[in-house]
Amino acid sequence: MLKVEQQQPVEFSSALIAKFDEIVKRYPEGKQKSALLPILHEVQAELGWLSNTAMDKVADYLNILPIEVYEVASFYSMYFLKPQGKYMLEVCRTGPCCLVGAEKLMNHIEHRLGVKEGEVTGDGLFSWRGVECLAACGYAPVLQIGPEYTFYENLNEQKVDELIEDLRKR
Amino acid sequence: MARKLLLEHINVPGINTLDVYRQKGGYRAVEKALKTLTPDEVVEEVKKSGLRGRGGAGFPTGMKWSFLAKPEGVARYLVCNADESEPGTFKDRYLMTYIPHALIEGMIVSSFALGANTSYIYVRGEMMPQIRILEKAIAEAKNAGLLGKNILGSGYDLELYVQPGGGAYICGEETALLESLEGKRGNPRIKPPFPAIAGLYGCPTVVNNVESIAAVVPIINDGGDEYAKIGIGRSTGTKLISASGNLVKPGVYEIELGLPVEEFIYSDEYCGGIANGKRLKATVAGGSSVPILPANLTLKLANGEPRLMSYESLSEGGFATGTMLGSGGFIAFDEDQCIVRNTWNFSRFYHHESCGQCSPCREGTGWMEKVLHRLEYGHGKMSDIDLLVDVSKKIEGNTICPLGDAAAWPVASAIRHFRDEFEWHVKEPVKSLDTNYGLANYAEPIAKAEVTTGD
Repeated sequence: MLKVEQQQPVEFSSALIAKFDEIVKRYPEGKQKSALLPILHEVQAELGWLSNTAMDKVADYLNILPIEVYEVASFYSMYFLKPQGKYMLEVCRTGPCCLVGAEKLMNHIEHRLGVKEGEVTGDGLFSWRGVECLAACGYAPVLQIGPEYTFYENLNEQKVDELIEDLRKR
Repeated sequence: MARKLLLEHINVPGINTLDVYRQKGGYRAVEKALKTLTPDEVVEEVKKSGLRGRGGAGFPTGMKWSFLAKPEGVARYLVCNADESEPGTFKDRYLMTYIPHALIEGMIVSSFALGANTSYIYVRGEMMPQIRILEKAIAEAKNAGLLGKNILGSGYDLELYVQPGGGAYICGEETALLESLEGKRGNPRIKPPFPAIAGLYGCPTVVNNVESIAAVVPIINDGGDEYAKIGIGRSTGTKLISASGNLVKPGVYEIELGLPVEEFIYSDEYCGGIANGKRLKATVAGGSSVPILPANLTLKLANGEPRLMSYESLSEGGFATGTMLGSGGFIAFDEDQCIVRNTWNFSRFYHHESCGQCSPCREGTGWMEKVLHRLEYGHGKMSDIDLLVDVSKKIEGNTICPLGDAAAWPVASAIRHFRDEFEWHVKEPVKSLDTNYGLANYAEPIAKAEVTTGD
């Protein structure tokens, strides 16, 4: 269910628009809708999440209906339809990772950050969630952090603590 | 040592750059194909090689190519499926990370063979680092005249683009992938028409897995006949296996098809045995979608002969005693793993990833997840076990795409081979919360298998 969050006006920078223009060139004339997924990634990298106003502006830019953007944004798991912590720790929770301790690791992260899955810490820095297979099963357990989707492999509790401290200091 | 065709130079420093890749013989296949072969001759070599799709289905690549419609004046597309999401599979990530030019070279040769002038590599969105690696490699190739207009003076033009996905397992299904590439939800299309007739933007399209496309390079360099000499029977060539779970050395290995499973698990050249001195309980040999097998049936066929890593040998015995090579995602479970818990975990995965288009899959996957959850957490009834089998049968074969089958098989096979363990969860609801059933008789404990290798 797509919930309407805050509707603050959104401005796309000219640098961002230039990126959109570059992306649209990859597809044949009239097939600009193909640019939707990559453009939504760019918007989310810039704004942190996809508000309705941001999605409406993307629809405008691509000359498609707003619903065509909403239905895509709500279908794919990478798009955030509400604000997240600055660092979203996405921990793989699928079979192979669980064979080597992913569940224990998620409990540890919940404890360490003091927030439940999907919630944001008071300082706005962190949120975390379990995600499905990240295709790194040989280096399990793993987690990733957007928008660069940096990968952290062969994790244990100590490594996660160090990572969280590191991110706090940035 | 086994022959390596894809990963031969993987440890050469700088092999991710164009210069080093070329020094090691890279882009010879492009030169050979574009300057000395016709597109049909390239297709012919791939047919002769016997190469079968490396994404999971194992359909012969050359045959898939020959189905491509070629109406006058209509664009044709090659789309590479790099939406690697099958639990247990991470070979494509490995290849794209360390030797991206192997994929790009394969894309150029394959696009030439199919007469495509624009091709896309659809990479799962979570692999942003790999997307950046590929984009950099494409820019290098373009600067060197290997992409763009009139490649190497041959008169052939090709533009190659990388497309990120949005995080959806279903987009690994080729028609869902095409929908996604058109900027839509990843709902699989009803076939026919097949993509070879009406694919991307309604045009004839071939969708191939990363590893299949990379394998075209050695096929063109050495000839299809040479490639077909490697392997066993209709399982020709080499295959990348992603090994994960409770192994001493998990990782990506290139094997010659036909390697005994026992050697793959226990020899030091490959996985080095089961981690922490434990014993093997079960394996999932080809990604989470294929049937799980107990250790004894993993290592040997029902008739006692050794089981091999090949399309035929892994599926020997059908689903009664066999499994499938699938994507080559090899997951090993040690004696401490709980089959009920793992089956629940996989069911949750398929429920999460079902696109929701077909009701047997949308409802059935959620139902199975719920029932498995209550079995795992001590609230199950004996009748739940047969209920699961019943639900899985009603999903299988009744959906537009194979996700329904993929969700049904792990559940059905877990109950087929490990029914005792499911029953034990019902009989011992409290005990099963903090104890594991362990290695039961059906798994025939194998302490440490003797491995005999040739010289």
